[in-house]
Amino acid sequence: MIEAKNVSKWFDGTRVLHDISATFETGKTNLIIGQSGSGKTVFMKCLIGLLTPEEGEIFYDGRPFKQMTDAQRRQLRTEIGMLFQGSALFDNLTVLGNVMFPLMMFSKMSKAEQKERAQFCINRVGLENADNKYPSEISGGMQKRVAIARAISLNPKYLFCDEPNSGLDPKTSILIDQLLSDITHEYKMTTVINTHDMNSVLGIGENIIFINKGHCDWIGNDHNIFRSRSKALNDFVFASKLFQEVKIFLERKYGAGEGGGEGRKP
Amino acid sequence: MILSSIKTFGHYCMFLTQVFRIPDKWSVTLRNTVFEISKLGVDSIPLVIIISIFIGAVICIQMTLNIVSPLVPSYSTGLATREILLLEFSSSILSLILAGKVGSNIASEIGTMRVTEQIDALDIMGINSANYIVLPKIVGFVLFVPVLCILSMFMGLFGGWLVAEFTTMISVENYIYGIQTMFSEWYVWYGIIKTYFFAFIITSVAAYYGYYVKGGSLEVGKASTNAVVSSSILILAADVILTKLLLQ
Ligand SMILES: Nc1ncnc2c1ncn2[C@@H]1O[C@H](COP(=O)(O)OP(=O)(O)OP(=O)(O)O)[C@@H](O)[C@H]1O
Ligand SMILES: [Mg+2]
Repeated sequence: MIEAKNVSKWFDGTRVLHDISATFETGKTNLIIGQSGSGKTVFMKCLIGLLTPEEGEIFYDGRPFKQMTDAQRRQLRTEIGMLFQGSALFDNLTVLGNVMFPLMMFSKMSKAEQKERAQFCINRVGLENADNKYPSEISGGMQKRVAIARAISLNPKYLFCDEPNSGLDPKTSILIDQLLSDITHEYKMTTVINTHDMNSVLGIGENIIFINKGHCDWIGNDHNIFRSRSKALNDFVFASKLFQEVKIFLERKYGAGEGGGEGRKP
Repeated sequence: MILSSIKTFGHYCMFLTQVFRIPDKWSVTLRNTVFEISKLGVDSIPLVIIISIFIGAVICIQMTLNIVSPLVPSYSTGLATREILLLEFSSSILSLILAGKVGSNIASEIGTMRVTEQIDALDIMGINSANYIVLPKIVGFVLFVPVLCILSMFMGLFGGWLVAEFTTMISVENYIYGIQTMFSEWYVWYGIIKTYFFAFIITSVAAYYGYYVKGGSLEVGKASTNAVVSSSILILAADVILTKLLLQ
C-alpha cells in the first residue's frame, strides 16, 4: 500500500499540486485520471521520489520515504517497476537487452535464465520478432510494450505506469490493460496507472483518483464514476461523443442527477 | 559571477562524489569501460594522426623559414620541432582538440539520456546513474589517452620528416640529428602526465554538463557547447599550473 499525505509541489513559484492525499491499495489497479496538464505525471514522480514535493509525505507500506537513507531508497527502488510516458528505453541496447537490463543488474540468475525470463516478459506483452532491434527501429507502441516488459521483469512490488496505452490501438490497449490487471492480481502488486483513456477507466478502474488542475477532486471506482456530482469529472468523463450517448441513456434510465453510488469527496 | 562559479564548482565536486562510488556490478562497469575505450579513444586515432602529421609538417616548415641566422646550427629545426611537439602540441593542443570531439560527444549523449528520461529510469531501478554512466567514460578515456599522446608525438615528428624528405628545405640527416640531439626523456613524461589531467577534465566536465541538462534538445546543444568552452578554459589554466609544477 502506498499513501500520499497532503502532497504539494511548486515549480518556480507556480503551484502544480495542491494538497493531494490518496491511498493506493495492494493487489488493485489504482488509476490516476485527469486532463492533459493536470499534474498526473508530476504526482507520480513525487510518489516515486524523482521529484521532491515541498510539502507532504509518501509512505510505502508505512515506511516514510522522506526519512529513508540513500541505501534504503535504493533497496526500495529495486522493488519498483516504472513505465515512463516517453518509454525511456536505453538507446544503446536492443529490445532484449533492455528487458534483460534490470535482471542483469539485480538478479543472481545465469545468463540463460535471464534470457528466458526476458523472453517470457516480451511474449507477455505480445511482442514478436523484435528481440534484436534497437528502440529507434521499432514503433512507438512497440517501445511502450518493451518498456512494460522491462518494468515487470523483476516482478516488482510496486508498479507505476505513466499512460501505458497512449499511442496504442484500442485492441492492444485493452490487451495491455488486461495484462497490467492480471499481473497486479496474480503477484499482489501495488499498481498505479496514469491515464486519460476511458476504456481503461471502465476496464480496470478498481480505485480511481481524479486530479483536476492539481487538486484531487474525486476518489471512487469504475462503478460510481458515471454518477458523480463533480462537474469537472463529468466534463472529463463525458467529453467523448460515445459517452455523451451513454449519459443520455443513463439519464433516461435513472433520471437526471440521481446518483446512487456517489463517490467519496476527498 | 564569481559566486556562481564557486557554486558550480561545488556542485561539480558533489557530482564527482556520486560518480566515484563502488559500482553496483563490476562486470557491467568493466564491459562498459572497454566499450568507452573503443568509442572515445580508439575512434579518435584517425583524427589524432591526421592533425599531428599536418601540424608536425607545418612546425618544421615554419622553423626552417624563421631560423635563417648563420649563427644557429641547421639541426635546430628538428630540435625545435621536437620540443614544441613534446612540450605543448601533443598534450595541451591535442587535448583542446579532443575536448571538442570527445567532450561534445559525452555531453550530448548524456544530455539526451537525461531529457528522454533514461537517467530517471536508471535511478528508479535503484542504480546510481552517475556512477553507471559516467565512470566508464572517465576511466576509459583517461586510461587510453597516453596512447593518443604518444601517437601524436610520433606522428608529428613523422610529419616533419615528410617535409625533410620531400622538400629541399632541410636534409633528412640534419632533421634526424636534430630530433635526436639533447633529448630529455622527462619531456615525454611531462606530456603524458599533463594529458592525464586534461583527459580527466574533458570527460568529467562534459559529463557534468550533460548530466544536469534540464529541458529539451535546445538545452542539450547548449550543454554541449558549454562543456567544450569550460573544459578548454580549464585545460589552459591547468596547463599553466602543471608546467610551473613539473618543469621547474
Ligand atoms: N519540470 C517542470 N518544470 C516546470 N513546470 C512543470 C514541470 N513539469 C511539469 N510542469 C507543469 O506541471 C503541470 C502538470 O504537468 P504534468 O506533466 O504532470 O501533466 P499530465 O497530467 O501528466 O499531462 P499529460 O496527460 O499530458 O501527460 C503542467 O502545467 C506543466 O507545465
Ligand atoms: Mg503526463
